[in-house]
Amino acid sequence: MDINEVHRIAKLSRLELSTAEAEAVLPQLTAIFALVGQMQAVDTSSVDPLPHPILFIRDLAQPLRPDTVTEHEARENNMANAPAQDRGYFLVPRVIE
Amino acid sequence: MSWHQKSVVQLSKALINKEISSLELSAYYLKRMADSRDLNAYLDILPELSLAQAKEADFLRAQGKAGPLTGIPIAHKDVFVSKGWATTAASKILEGYISPFDAAVVEALGMPTARHPHAAGMVCLGKTNMDEFAMGSSNENSAYGPALNPWNTKRVSGGSSGGSAVAVAAGLAPVATGTDTGGSIRQPAAFCGLTGIKPTYGRVSRYGMIAYASSLDQAGPIGKTAEDCALLLSAMSFHDSRDSTSLADGGEDYARYLHSSWSDKDQNKPLAGLRVGLPKEFYADGLSSEVAQALLVAKEALHGLGASVCEVSLPKTQLSIPVYYVLAPAEASSNLSRYDGVRYGHRAKEYSDLVQMYQRSRSEGFGDEVKRRILVGSYVLSHGYYDAYYLQAQKIRRIIAADFQAAFNQCDVILGPVAPDVAWNLGEKSKNPLQMYLEDIYTLSTNLAGLPAMSVPCGFSKEGMPIGMQLIGNYFSEAKLLQIAHQYQLESDWHLRYPAEVSV
Repeated sequence: MDINEVHRIAKLSRLELSTAEAEAVLPQLTAIFALVGQMQAVDTSSVDPLPHPILFIRDLAQPLRPDTVTEHEARENNMANAPAQDRGYFLVPRVIE
Repeated sequence: MSWHQKSVVQLSKALINKEISSLELSAYYLKRMADSRDLNAYLDILPELSLAQAKEADFLRAQGKAGPLTGIPIAHKDVFVSKGWATTAASKILEGYISPFDAAVVEALGMPTARHPHAAGMVCLGKTNMDEFAMGSSNENSAYGPALNPWNTKRVSGGSSGGSAVAVAAGLAPVATGTDTGGSIRQPAAFCGLTGIKPTYGRVSRYGMIAYASSLDQAGPIGKTAEDCALLLSAMSFHDSRDSTSLADGGEDYARYLHSSWSDKDQNKPLAGLRVGLPKEFYADGLSSEVAQALLVAKEALHGLGASVCEVSLPKTQLSIPVYYVLAPAEASSNLSRYDGVRYGHRAKEYSDLVQMYQRSRSEGFGDEVKRRILVGSYVLSHGYYDAYYLQAQKIRRIIAADFQAAFNQCDVILGPVAPDVAWNLGEKSKNPLQMYLEDIYTLSTNLAGLPAMSVPCGFSKEGMPIGMQLIGNYFSEAKLLQIAHQYQLESDWHLRYPAEVSV
């Protein structure tokens, strides 16, 4: 991992890192990936991934519910925390010229 | 009368016998909380709201509608969204956030409503401090400063549910909720001399629980005794159609075995027939001699209660650290993408376009550890690295889960440490994130496998810091784990000790 890689993943993460922050985090990430590298020594060629712990003991029933209305309109409540809004819309910087 | 030294079970009786009302009890705790602000256990306290709930609980009782938990105060970890009290997950990005709804856990434990007539009727005392977004093992990652360990305020309280543990240990709540993604209930419980349980993944609804790593996150109670935890978990655990990972058979009475023997093999030995497994990888380099010694005594105590002890092996114990620190950040980087400064949370003041608004809002709002984990997660999920890191970690996760099943062929419960050592000094490990990750070695694997596990007080270090033992059970064995812990607590008094200032 190098400083360019840090800026690449910061961009993917939608994080803005100053040069000083990127330089500070580089050795930490390098150390973390050195630790993570220990995994490569394990032969997993015949092992399936386990994305969900309960899948280890049984299949998950995909729960279904009746297709009925469970939530009611609460726009004002749900938008009360919005940093910028107008007439029921979230405001963001202009994206289409 | 020192109400704060009473267990939930004792308080329940006192309320039934009218020795105290919920209003008096809640006011008593609120006073203690106001006098102990320096411990930083709580992030939001609204006494009027708590007292209104207490009055409602007393009213329910007067009408003959009280259950065993009605009117008993509780503190909720700030990871559970709540109407009224602000919910921040100890992050600046959610500063002042007021949820339009209650988390399933808050709702189930709170006042009965038309929608939830069978809610437990407990009184919310406030929201407790934690590591930001539950990422940390010391509570030092809270954006609002760490909760301090009441056993020694120069030491960490553990994390991430540090504030919940401090609240209970310092007598600022009789019981509290926590969440455990890699040890976040068990480790602070151990560091503060408390009992805590992380149930089987899927037992407790994650609806309204702010997501860190969704395939690992699981809620549970932190209390003084196993009996209290059994009572609380029974009220918290149920099937919830709003969480797709909530188990269809989510609920049961977890207290049902507490007062019975493990088997009828020996009338005088309540744990006769129980097989306790000691994973040799847990009792190896890295474990402090004081914790090892306390575990030896605990093992003897269980043996004295009739249990047999054998050695088992969990060969991939060391690898649980890299596996966890790939999977949890990967899930976190996805979960935390919702904090974009658009719908809620912090928005930067200055930006030139939408992407810069996202970047600045997130960079200003998240703390260092959260940023680190997002970066790690984005990396392991990015093109070209997915197979080598993320997929490989998911595969080793299956091996870790299989290793537990091999161990459970030889034993009914696994006994080990919760953490390598007692609570460390504030600041001692916070400069080196990797060093902090290594502290999670004994707790991570149960989250990866989805198994239930608990922390039970089992001794003290020479410097007077609590030591916890970890009991790990097979899937859905919570009631049995609590039975073992309760039988142990009938024969020991580690869980009944208090920090000096709390003893009065």
